[in-house]
Amino acid sequence: MGVLLQTAVEIPSVDWGGLTPLLIMSGGSLIFLTIWSLLSDRLPSRTPSVFTSLIGVATMVAAAIQWGRINDDHPQGFSTLAGAFGIDGFSLLLTGLIGSAVALTAFYAHDYLEREDINSAEFFVLLMLSASGGIVMAGANDLIVLFLGLEALSIAVYILAASHLRRVESQEAGLKYFILGAFASAFLLYGIALMYGATGSTNLAHIRDSVVALEDRGLAFGAMALLLVGLGFKVAAVPFHSWTPDVYHGAPSPVVSYMASAVKVAGFAGLLRVFNVSLAGLAEDWTPMFFVLACLSMVIGAVVGIVQDNVKRMLAYSSISHAGFILVGAEAASTEGMSAALYYLTAYTFIAVGSFAVIAVVARRGDAATGLEDFRGLAKSQPALALGFTILLLAQAGVPFTTGFLAKFFVIGAAIETEAYVLGVIAMVSAVVGAFLYLRIVLAMYGDAQGETEDVHVPITAAIVVGITVVFTVFFGIFADPLIDLVRDASPVLVGR
Amino acid sequence: MTAVYLAADVGFPLLPAMVALPVIGALLIALVPSSRAETAKAFAVITSVLVGALGVWLVTQFDTDAAASFQFGSQQSWIDSVGIQWLAGIDGISLWLVVFTALLFPLAILAIDPEHDAKPYFAWLLVLEAGCLGVFMALDLFMFFVFFEIVLVPMYFLIAGWGHGNRQYAAMKFFLYTMLGSALMLVGMLSLVFLHRSATGGELTFNLVEIAESQALGTNAARWVFVTFALAFSVKVPIWPLHTWLPDAHTEAPTAGSVILAGVMLKLGTYGFLRFGLYLFPEASTWAAPVFLTLGVIGIVYGAIVATMQKDLKRLVAYSSVAHLGFIVLGTFALNTEGITGGLLQMINHGVSTGALFLLVGFMYDRRHTRMISELGGLQKSAPIMAAFFTVVMLSSIGLPGLNGFVGEFLILTGTFVAHRWWAVVATTGVILAALYLLWAYQRVFHGPAEGENATMPDLKAREIAVLVPFVVAIVFMGIYPKPVIERMEPAVDALVAHIETHVDDFEEPVNQGRAGHGWHAIGHHSDSEGHGDEDHGDEDHGETKDEGDDH
Repeated sequence: MGVLLQTAVEIPSVDWGGLTPLLIMSGGSLIFLTIWSLLSDRLPSRTPSVFTSLIGVATMVAAAIQWGRINDDHPQGFSTLAGAFGIDGFSLLLTGLIGSAVALTAFYAHDYLEREDINSAEFFVLLMLSASGGIVMAGANDLIVLFLGLEALSIAVYILAASHLRRVESQEAGLKYFILGAFASAFLLYGIALMYGATGSTNLAHIRDSVVALEDRGLAFGAMALLLVGLGFKVAAVPFHSWTPDVYHGAPSPVVSYMASAVKVAGFAGLLRVFNVSLAGLAEDWTPMFFVLACLSMVIGAVVGIVQDNVKRMLAYSSISHAGFILVGAEAASTEGMSAALYYLTAYTFIAVGSFAVIAVVARRGDAATGLEDFRGLAKSQPALALGFTILLLAQAGVPFTTGFLAKFFVIGAAIETEAYVLGVIAMVSAVVGAFLYLRIVLAMYGDAQGETEDVHVPITAAIVVGITVVFTVFFGIFADPLIDLVRDASPVLVGR
Repeated sequence: MTAVYLAADVGFPLLPAMVALPVIGALLIALVPSSRAETAKAFAVITSVLVGALGVWLVTQFDTDAAASFQFGSQQSWIDSVGIQWLAGIDGISLWLVVFTALLFPLAILAIDPEHDAKPYFAWLLVLEAGCLGVFMALDLFMFFVFFEIVLVPMYFLIAGWGHGNRQYAAMKFFLYTMLGSALMLVGMLSLVFLHRSATGGELTFNLVEIAESQALGTNAARWVFVTFALAFSVKVPIWPLHTWLPDAHTEAPTAGSVILAGVMLKLGTYGFLRFGLYLFPEASTWAAPVFLTLGVIGIVYGAIVATMQKDLKRLVAYSSVAHLGFIVLGTFALNTEGITGGLLQMINHGVSTGALFLLVGFMYDRRHTRMISELGGLQKSAPIMAAFFTVVMLSSIGLPGLNGFVGEFLILTGTFVAHRWWAVVATTGVILAALYLLWAYQRVFHGPAEGENATMPDLKAREIAVLVPFVVAIVFMGIYPKPVIERMEPAVDALVAHIETHVDDFEEPVNQGRAGHGWHAIGHHSDSEGHGDEDHGDEDHGETKDEGDDH
């Protein structure tokens, strides 16, 4: 309590430089809202999309600048706002990922919204607001801050999920995600409360120091379980995954792009920082939980995925399976495991944005043509798009010379290094089962059965986004060193005040 | 571009060029407009012929005296942080597989044109070539794995896109089966490198030679890791009972796909057993040898019996592959020079003769649009040239003395007989059964009265003959004078056997006590008393092991 009282009377020093990525993203959304409400008649209709993409890029640049700064001045990273917000390689990498997800999603969203006739600047404002929440989560050094970030992130996404006004599935998705998400938030908040009860603080650095000295860990266990429920929901880990297929299926495809990438990144930012860093002292207690979650997510994601016949649902289950793989890295509770999980997140962010961009295009007007049969013959009518999607799908299956393969390679390596052989075997077997899922889609595109894909129109923006993600996936799959060095640099540190 | 490289004789990165050229060719083809199928084919032919030329050049530059060591080495750090490198090299074991791969692809590309979508077809074939060559030259575990795995993708698309009948099912089955095998190998490989690191206390390394020479793993751990590797290779070979993907994939694949599958891709497994089984895990290999000998023999007999009953000519050839691959496994796990050399030789022989058989069946299918034996008949009258080629190739596949198949099978059976007599005895029945199913099939297809379309079937065209001639030349040459091939393999095989003897406590190479140390050399060496390596060989292995035997 003493700690808290002390903070209350101090005026926390603010390191504005460290907050620039967050300020650009959140400020960008507010400034844009103002400008657009005044000048919407005079500006071209593509302005919101371009502006949001630029804000996403600016956020990445700011994160890169801050990273250079901590490498020069603070080799360990530092915290600001009275130890509530951490700025280290970890938060900056994930901030950059969220920024890139926003930039890519916003870039192709305009043509989607035009096609669906639901174009409005609110979509982009909400996207940026949600991303600000994600950035807060990436840097959260305090459970309360984490919760604030999570809420900011989620509430905007609830609205985005329901933003396709004429699709009843979209409304359903929004409502479902909102109700279950609210539950999950409640669990998280309760977990925070218990953790505060156990350790006397919500600051992660303080929690890290005090949990190891706890005599009675009962309360901390309860807190861990509830925190895991809340965060496991956000990253779509089994058994907290049941919303995923419905929401991914119903929500507008660009929103799913964003959810599968940025929301997952933010969720894992919280999960990794809370468990792998702050609660590292209790690792032997939470790794079994992670083990179970990882196995269930990988296996159920793959097995249930293969019996789906809607591509959006298939990729929803695949996204669940990927969450399991990332948890394999987290389960190792080691530096290598952390790097592997971050690598996986980086690789998957681009793969997911690209894949759902393809789906957004193929879904055609109405955003409903996402069945397997709607992809038939795509290789004939849109060979380049089909090839790009194939590469992204094979990357998800873990085929070599893609980042997707290296991602699996590293998480399994991290597991094997800690002698978790069983986990490694389960992971690889479910990867093979999952491969069936991706091959079904590939076969649909390249098979004989001719569907009617002639009316698929590929806007140049979507083509560019898919192109960027494919090039990223293949280039870093072959010339792997830069990306690996990046995630190895991005080690999280908890600095108290 | 290539001419400049060729001019730079010294220090030319031969191996990287052999992998890079097909990839460049495939990318160039991708840039060709879809309507210009001829241009795509021209690119494919030029690229693959260039690679073939590099392969021939490789043989001429190969140092036979140093065949036991890796040559043409190329090294380049790849993923530095975890000790992964591009590390390629060729020794007597991989030499012929690389050369054969480089020569088979241009033939397969020239032999037959795809029925549709020529551009992606040729691009995939070239990607496949790069992958196969990469596997045979990889000396880094990671590099080996990625190439071993990547070959699935082009083959998957070739089967699914240009195959026959139930091709999508076959492609899917092929991909998933083989991927499951290699998935476990990935776990095994990672376990191996981490255990190696903790046992030696050094840096993380994927270097095959380093890991194999240090043999740092405990017996038990090594056996477990071996099992994961062996599983991957067993699926790829395929060893009975993991063979069920093969008849489907072979039958439904387009002709060039079948040729490459049989000629090269199955050898990825048998080669894997030698390089990443016996060499990497000598103790575990001797431990598991009885199992693989038994499975090999079952494969021989089972493949032959099932082949006898096939109604589809291509499926018959596919099952004959199961039997032939059984021989190779048998020879490999005889764990003596004869057996392994025979197995290695048989890898090439099987590629030549089965590759040619698939081509002939493909040509037949082109004309008659059926592969059902019952619908064919009397083709000898309408297509005498085809019948002649079929005869030679079939006799080679049966193992007629004087043709290549005999040399390999004889060596394998000799080696196995010395090591494990009864396995060899059972395996010999496979030779007889091979004669049965192939001669019977020949009789039904080529003899008898020619009716309907069979009577009017056109004979082979000049281009097809031109493609088949190299196969026949190889069949006859390797049957009569296999010495140039064997003498380049032999030092490497000797070194491998010596490696096993060094690292396995109570293992000594099973050799024939009664022979004068030159039993099988009649085939490889007798004709040439100056053959170097011959004497050395006799001193090295037979000397010490035989002395011990005699002293007792």
